[in-house]
Amino acid sequence: MTFFHVAVRRHFPALLLRQTSRIFIPRRWNSGGAQADPSCKYEESFTQGIMEFPGGKVAFTPEMRFIAEYPDERIPCFRVLDDNGFPHRGFHDLVSKEEAIKMYKNMVTLQTMDAIFFEAQRQGRLSFYLTSSGEEAINIGSAAAMSSEDVVLPQYREQGILLWRGFTLREFANQCFGNKEDYGKGRQMPIHYGSKKLNYFTVSSPIATQLPQAVGVAYSLKMDGKDACVVTYFGDGASSEGDCHASLNFAAVLEAPVVFICRNNGWAISTPIEQQFRSDGIVVRGQAYGILSIRVDGNDALAVYAAVSSAREMAIKEQKPILVEVMSYRVGHHSTSDDSTKYRPVNEIEHWKIAGSPIARFRKWVERSGWWSDDEESKHRNSIRKEVLQAIQEAEKIEKPTISNLFADVYDLPPKNLQDQERFVRKDVMKHPQDYPNDVPL
Amino acid sequence: MAVVSQGIRPATALISANAVDSKRFHFASSKSTSVRFIESLILIVAVEARGIVCLVRSDGKSNARVRKPHLHSHISNAVTTKNDDKTASKPGHELLLFEALREGLEEEMDRDPNVCVMGEDVGHYGGSYKVTRGLADKFGDLRVLDTPIAENSFTGMAIGAAMTGLRPVVEGMNMGFLLLAFNQISNNCGMLHYTSGGQFKIPIVIRGPGGVGRQLGAEHSQRLESYFQSIPGIQMVACSTPYNAKGLMKAAIRSENPVILFEHVLLYNLKERIPDEEYVLNLEEAEIVRQGGDVTILTYSRMRYHVMQAVKMVVNDGYDPEVIDIRSLKPFDLYRIGNSVKKTHKVLIVEECMRTGGIGASLTAAINENFNDYLDAPIVCLSSQDVPTPYAATLEDLTVVQPSQIVSAVKMLCR
Repeated sequence: MTFFHVAVRRHFPALLLRQTSRIFIPRRWNSGGAQADPSCKYEESFTQGIMEFPGGKVAFTPEMRFIAEYPDERIPCFRVLDDNGFPHRGFHDLVSKEEAIKMYKNMVTLQTMDAIFFEAQRQGRLSFYLTSSGEEAINIGSAAAMSSEDVVLPQYREQGILLWRGFTLREFANQCFGNKEDYGKGRQMPIHYGSKKLNYFTVSSPIATQLPQAVGVAYSLKMDGKDACVVTYFGDGASSEGDCHASLNFAAVLEAPVVFICRNNGWAISTPIEQQFRSDGIVVRGQAYGILSIRVDGNDALAVYAAVSSAREMAIKEQKPILVEVMSYRVGHHSTSDDSTKYRPVNEIEHWKIAGSPIARFRKWVERSGWWSDDEESKHRNSIRKEVLQAIQEAEKIEKPTISNLFADVYDLPPKNLQDQERFVRKDVMKHPQDYPNDVPL
Repeated sequence: MAVVSQGIRPATALISANAVDSKRFHFASSKSTSVRFIESLILIVAVEARGIVCLVRSDGKSNARVRKPHLHSHISNAVTTKNDDKTASKPGHELLLFEALREGLEEEMDRDPNVCVMGEDVGHYGGSYKVTRGLADKFGDLRVLDTPIAENSFTGMAIGAAMTGLRPVVEGMNMGFLLLAFNQISNNCGMLHYTSGGQFKIPIVIRGPGGVGRQLGAEHSQRLESYFQSIPGIQMVACSTPYNAKGLMKAAIRSENPVILFEHVLLYNLKERIPDEEYVLNLEEAEIVRQGGDVTILTYSRMRYHVMQAVKMVVNDGYDPEVIDIRSLKPFDLYRIGNSVKKTHKVLIVEECMRTGGIGASLTAAINENFNDYLDAPIVCLSSQDVPTPYAATLEDLTVVQPSQIVSAVKMLCR
């Protein structure tokens, strides 16, 4: 991917010029044993204007110059398809016809699924839902670039990855309804999917907690020498958490094969970017931690695909972390518990929904390539809509998990206090059945 | 369930400082004579306590729990009897508590390649209390990993690694620093096995030194067991002797649940003779330190030694307390504790936690709920006060329960 590497070098000098020379960090795992006597190094280097500080050589300068807090030019955004779906020359053979159709269909399925589940919550059938509207290209583009062996640690807006990997609409519905077929056994709120089979770690509500865990998973893969990497997602809001900073640092020091994908979608519930950080987005932080980073147009599925593919390859071959900032917009509300029109203008939402739509842009490209048509579009949308509705209807009717699932899996085997507590609850339910829901089996 | 113990040594007066070679016990040297004297006493008690420790044989039927096959190597040998003085100190090898922890860790790392260690300065530095000394040289930099300073993050990292099949042992340089890791421990470590529907398990061990030390300051004298005890999904154990330190370390590593192993800053240099053969203790069992009939004294970690010191004094006056080192802080071994309460009808809890919300508070509630009918008197709980631990040595001593207070409490209860 020479184009990619040239692009990196072309846009970084703006920062490099203002800094002292890059510090060379010796490979960690080969260290050991005492260092050679450093005292002669210091004397020699002093007269040559270079100092051997712990960590490497640093040149001196008589000029007191502060590094700018914000670059003159923001780091540009890598994109393949323009607004009208025309690909940049050099990217014609990025994906095959089958892949492209699969990507498009999945994006549409994701969009449809999100819309209908959201409606189901508004109708009172689900307690909660969270859409990935506007981020379909991020979801599907990155999913398509990964192998099924890559372990994914999501934040919570990445259901498209599961969809790509084969999670069925029924399985999504089961988790949202918390019925007995839910793999989580009804213990988590909706959208907290998890599938060990599909290498997708269970969503955990506190944000950014998955980032250090991702480094841990990468550590495990590194120990096993597996040909796979970890891909973890977080939002612009999560980038402020302490866990985020420490994980990026850890990953760099440990040389862990993690691809960190930051979904910069402009809003963290009601907090806009300007109130979240003052840096030029997340991409510039890569250099702060010694991590290769890139900014990508998140509404361009092909660009996301290309960047994540390269990132993944580098992460595995060179055993190091990569930071990918995908720029996008959160078209939907933060979740069903939010009404975003209260803190942002409606015309801004509408603009991104229509003009910025990643699905529309990709559709233009696949149609122009002769791989898709209006007919297929309406057929696909109709059939998916039916399937989603059917999945919801079926999942709704299924029994909830039994009471024993309240106490199982807290430990590998229930200790005595939990056994006692379970007996107590059962006794009470049997004595006063009218006080308990009648669709919870004992 | 068979319990065999050696007879209690004849009551002796407090040993004078002259009879003790404190250098042998590797304590820091710049202390006043009286403090050294007390330190030596703790060690005398520790050494003698080994002689009167009852090695409890588990018949595997307690608590209706079915143990998994890999714990069958829980050895119930090395049971000493009154007549068997010849074997009392011959087999086995002597080592200090931190060495016992290391031995347990090393054996588990040899046995299972998935076991790894992570923490600050655990690699070539060997850990701040030398528990991991030499392990990096033996197993490599990757398996004994030095992490940057971010407790929440390396705990999270260990959780992620555990979910992928490794068995990490996380070292907090001081337990107090794990307060930074509370988010990961509570929201992820304790919960992910449950919320993932059993798909992911987290066989992690989190360990480190805690408790009130010698003038370490308020922030380094925390008793985290009281903060963590509410978290569902984790187990907590506290070691107090080299024998149980090694056994609990091995059991914790083999457990499929997340286990927090509490060590105490002042107990790392305790010396004891432990068996050469491999043994693994049961995480949920309490240890009966001294059999008796008058009063049940429940304690754990360092307070065990203050209790045994006090016991020497009250035994002189004809009292016969039963001392149980509860070891398992979550869940409590209510089976053994209950049996003792049914025998003595009086309970004294001696802990280092603070009065409010400590282990003693929970234990009091649990005993009251389960064994109320058997109690002749209200449970007495001796704890530290609800104050940050002061730096000044005199003030610090006042925050920790002293043997004299235990003596008064026993006498009052057994009136």
